[in-house]
Amino acid sequence: MPDPTATQEATSLVQSPFESWGRYPTYGAKLLPLHWQSDFPALTANLHNGVLPVGMGRSYGDVCLLKDGNLLVTTAMNRLIDFEPETGLLTAEAGVTLAQILDFAVPRGFFLPVTPGTKYVTLGGAIANDIHGKNHHTAGTFGRHVTQFELVRSDGSRMICSPTENTEFYAATIGGLGLTGVITWAMLRLKPIVSRKIDYEGIQFHGIDEFLDLTNQASDVEYTVSWVDVTSTGRNFARGVFMQGDHSGRKDDLKPSPKPKLIFPFEAPGFALNALSVSLFNTAFFHKQIHKRVVALQDYEPFFYPLDKVLRWNRMYGKRGLLQFQYVIPWEHAKEGTVAILREVAKSGLASFLAVLKAFGDVPSPGMMSFPKPGITLALDFPIKPDKSFPLFQRLADMTLEFGGRLYPAKDAAMTAPQFQAFYPQWQHFAQYRDPLLTSSFWERVTPNS
Amino acid sequence: MSTTPQSTSTTPRKILVLGATSGIAEATCRIWAAQGASLFLVARNAEKLAAVAADLKTRGASYIDTAVADLDDTDQHPSLLAHAINSLTGMDIAYLAHGVLGDQTDAERDFNTAAQILHTNFMAPVSLLTWLANFCVQRRSGTLAVLSSVAGDRGRKSNYVYGSSKAGLSAFLGGLRNRIDREGVTVLTIKPGPIKTAMTAGMPKSEKFADVDSVAESIVSAIDKRRDILYVPFQWQPIMFIIRNIPEMIFKKLNL
Repeated sequence: MPDPTATQEATSLVQSPFESWGRYPTYGAKLLPLHWQSDFPALTANLHNGVLPVGMGRSYGDVCLLKDGNLLVTTAMNRLIDFEPETGLLTAEAGVTLAQILDFAVPRGFFLPVTPGTKYVTLGGAIANDIHGKNHHTAGTFGRHVTQFELVRSDGSRMICSPTENTEFYAATIGGLGLTGVITWAMLRLKPIVSRKIDYEGIQFHGIDEFLDLTNQASDVEYTVSWVDVTSTGRNFARGVFMQGDHSGRKDDLKPSPKPKLIFPFEAPGFALNALSVSLFNTAFFHKQIHKRVVALQDYEPFFYPLDKVLRWNRMYGKRGLLQFQYVIPWEHAKEGTVAILREVAKSGLASFLAVLKAFGDVPSPGMMSFPKPGITLALDFPIKPDKSFPLFQRLADMTLEFGGRLYPAKDAAMTAPQFQAFYPQWQHFAQYRDPLLTSSFWERVTPNS
Repeated sequence: MSTTPQSTSTTPRKILVLGATSGIAEATCRIWAAQGASLFLVARNAEKLAAVAADLKTRGASYIDTAVADLDDTDQHPSLLAHAINSLTGMDIAYLAHGVLGDQTDAERDFNTAAQILHTNFMAPVSLLTWLANFCVQRRSGTLAVLSSVAGDRGRKSNYVYGSSKAGLSAFLGGLRNRIDREGVTVLTIKPGPIKTAMTAGMPKSEKFADVDSVAESIVSAIDKRRDILYVPFQWQPIMFIIRNIPEMIFKKLNL
């Protein structure tokens, strides 16, 4: 019995500016919603130009974009398949979001093994970018907790990938930016919790040495992250707040989270950004933390997802959007590199007020192309000012390279092909596992001759 | 049997879902599954039906059974419905969510296409509802919740074949309600507007479309409150009031 709804879905191509979170660059693409695990490769059978699977579009640059291509939007393919409360193993389709997983898992006493700073990302996207969280130093990347997944190739072949099965494709797909095939489902190991609450502590620091001391003292605390002021120089250079937390061990109500009600209501005009963001973050930064040390029992939502409360907060950056810059520099040069880059950023006066600073741990990433490695990572945003931001960005990328570091593709819209190929010398090996139908604007940009 | 929302601690509600793989049906069933309902799901495609059933089982449905059937085949309806009710050992809610949008342009050229749309969206539900209404009247209880559409409120050039199938369905439901409400059976006509799907992900105006999960919440709540007609999202009620009342002389010249 042919299914007429399938043909309906297949023919309804929408040309749309699917936006990435940085809203730069903006490219038109055709959107092909995936509803069922069997939709790929059936939906793309007649397509010969590029295809890219995408989820919530929360990566900042162009890893989730394909200029004039076809985007397979996975968010409607979001069914749960199985859950074992004894082991915490959840099997779900790849379009399910971390928010949906939390809604399901938290009332049952389970939590994500690794979460980034937003819960509005898909399971497939979390694997494809091998995301990391505040517990990288204790838990490693997201991919380490994915025990197996199914990968479907455009030739119709389907394979189960795990640390023991199809191991090369397993390693290539984790951090593989959606280029090795479509992940239809994945099995994720959740971890038990008894409370929504986090035992939180915030500590002010002045300078990178104090940050490193606090990092060392907190080596057995599960979650650590810092906000650092990247605009101040002199006595206040690299001042910030070191935040640490553990899941509270006191039994408490495990109710699901309320739905967010705030939505950033309009696109801010370009000039408003500095006044607006600085006042917003000033408030957050100083009034929350007027004391040297603050101890609190905090719900996990504000601890992990402070910005998810305001849907579409990226509009704050106006029409031009924002560039993110996130590096990791290995321990050998981590301190001098971070100081040098922070000085360069402060001198430029172009970055937003606050940036996120964290020490990565030494738990190895399972992905061939995973970004994290032991050292210091710093993430900052620049509102796009074409004549100023890009030259600064290039300088910072070159400095990162000099200090032996690399940049994070999920946050990138500006690195050059030579920079990428120097950051990720294994890229040619990875390219053998790419599905011939799949590509992205990012991939075209950084491997123009492949 | 009460029709108030139940938690898993009391007897679960018994719900028959026809067209269980449709997006709105699936989202609605997820809410019921989380409440611990017993579900009998009917759909045409076995693989999709199995995926939906696994999801609902995982989310906490007390009982799940399924049947693969093409609801266009009205001869099968009595045995299918009897089997479903037997499996559920009763029925509190029947939820009719199957339908096709069809191709308006083809339907303008070819009567067979139009007839197919009318058959799936109108004739098949009439067959199902005839049987189900009589079953509920016998028991003097039950809710029949049926997905119609705002498109049935007034025929427009862009989708009048689909619209007329839903107009017929809405009229049928109105009459059925008038007949069996006094017998203790509730009939809910659901009229959705445009719903946000994967199609609109990342589009600049997509936040103006209704999100399928909030549509599902409204449907569950309308069933719990024994409402008669539900426009969802609610702003479609005043919009359709205006559209229904534009004089035909003007309306025929519009491009809506």
